[in-house]
Amino acid sequence: MRGRSLLDSRLLCGAAGVAGLFCVAELAGRTGLIDPVVFPLASTIAGRAAALAADGEFLADVASTLGAWAAGLLLTVLVAVPAGFALGTLPRVEAALRPILEFLRPIPSVALIPLALLLFSDRFEMKIAVIVYAASWPVLINTMYGLKDVDPVAKETLRSFGFGPLAVLWRVSLPSTAPFIATGVRLAAAVALILAVSAELLAGGASGIGTFIIEAGSSPDALEYIVAATIWAGAIGVLSNLLFTLVERRLFHWHLARTEGAR
Amino acid sequence: MKRFLRALGRLWTIPVALVAWEAVTRAADDNFFPPPTEIAARMHEMWFSGPAERLWLTDAALDNIPTSIGRIFAGWLLAAAVGISLGLVLGRSALLSRFVEPIIEFGRAIPPPALLPFFLALFAAGTQMQVATIAFGIVWPILLNSGDGARHVDRLHLETAQVFGMSRGQRLVRIILPAALPKIFAGLRLSLSLALILMVISELVGSTNGIGFQLLDAQRSFDLPGVWGTIVVLGVLGYAFNSAFLLVERRLLSWHRAAKQTI
Repeated sequence: MRGRSLLDSRLLCGAAGVAGLFCVAELAGRTGLIDPVVFPLASTIAGRAAALAADGEFLADVASTLGAWAAGLLLTVLVAVPAGFALGTLPRVEAALRPILEFLRPIPSVALIPLALLLFSDRFEMKIAVIVYAASWPVLINTMYGLKDVDPVAKETLRSFGFGPLAVLWRVSLPSTAPFIATGVRLAAAVALILAVSAELLAGGASGIGTFIIEAGSSPDALEYIVAATIWAGAIGVLSNLLFTLVERRLFHWHLARTEGAR
Repeated sequence: MKRFLRALGRLWTIPVALVAWEAVTRAADDNFFPPPTEIAARMHEMWFSGPAERLWLTDAALDNIPTSIGRIFAGWLLAAAVGISLGLVLGRSALLSRFVEPIIEFGRAIPPPALLPFFLALFAAGTQMQVATIAFGIVWPILLNSGDGARHVDRLHLETAQVFGMSRGQRLVRIILPAALPKIFAGLRLSLSLALILMVISELVGSTNGIGFQLLDAQRSFDLPGVWGTIVVLGVLGYAFNSAFLLVERRLLSWHRAAKQTI
């Protein structure tokens, strides 16, 4: 009975899984299955990752990446949410612009980095520009999708009480679209991190996690540094995802309750 | 004919946008923003000015474009093989998925470009490293979607299979896999557009051929029309991949929609 309940705990099982992977990797290195010279031991990497957490230079790089990420994400919301509202509430504009958007969307965002490198002499501005371009899509699309989901009865009710179109937008459309926007922003956060790291890998010179990884490539135990820094990049991704999911649940529990109830 | 005209009517903004683009760039006369006619001329020169017996394709086109497409599909197939098989296993075993969940969450959160230097150190520059980066970056949507699809199989179907005495293998192939197929396809489509992005970034960082390399080459020699032209080609590729995939999906999943409609 006790064993059963232990296996039911997600936290325990997950921790055991991570510990298991760590041990397998460590054993593979120790027994010579994977040559530690080719790929460092799991314990070496863990030690290096812990050391990086106290390394001022690395922390400055992380701060630089996070700064660009946050600024880019903020600008994305400021650009994409109003654009989404404009396209979602003005069907004629949407119909006219749709073909152009359909052609712009499949362009792989990282392909714009070389162009942005030529257009922007400032590395930070360059990073922000590519982040905003790539991260705007999920926010834009989710905003437009959310506007389609607004209850028409609620809108009609307000209209028949004599509220103008702006009041309807503010009192009905915006609150009921907000959960969709939040989902878009959560997706955009992951995209923004990818673009920030990509831009740093390609731009060089400037500071950031990507730059740190590229520069570590020339040191003797390059792989150790690269893997440790990559682990931190993944940790940042997990944390941001967790944070956004948490905020989403906290702010929009009424929305979740409604959609769950409808099912 | 009527449908054709209506489609044409919806696309009127494209020529308008192109003419406006041409007029504005000609008026501005900025080296960084060449007019579309100049971009088109450069694209023709780069890829379509070859001899007639090779369909007018130049050496650069024959060298780079098939190489890049080959890498995308190699990475995609590898990710599909790993993602679908692992996803089906995890979808059917709640216990196992509890153990590996944190590992998957973590792997998914690593920004894939951050892994480039890692694979570069492991495999050296070349197709192997690009395929590894693409496969690692795009396996997550396939894995998660397959798992989700395999988890939600109609209980009635499974029990019917049991009554008919189907073996485990038969159940997997004839019940679970078809039930999960719509979800698997959703994951495959998402990962195809991701594969294009990762192909570009991996060729920008460590490559001596491919479309991404050509883009980098154009950027380094300040060939602005070349940079714009390559971005256009990548956009066309993205659009073509997505359309082709939707076509195949509609063909292969027509039984699924038919089955849904009869219920």
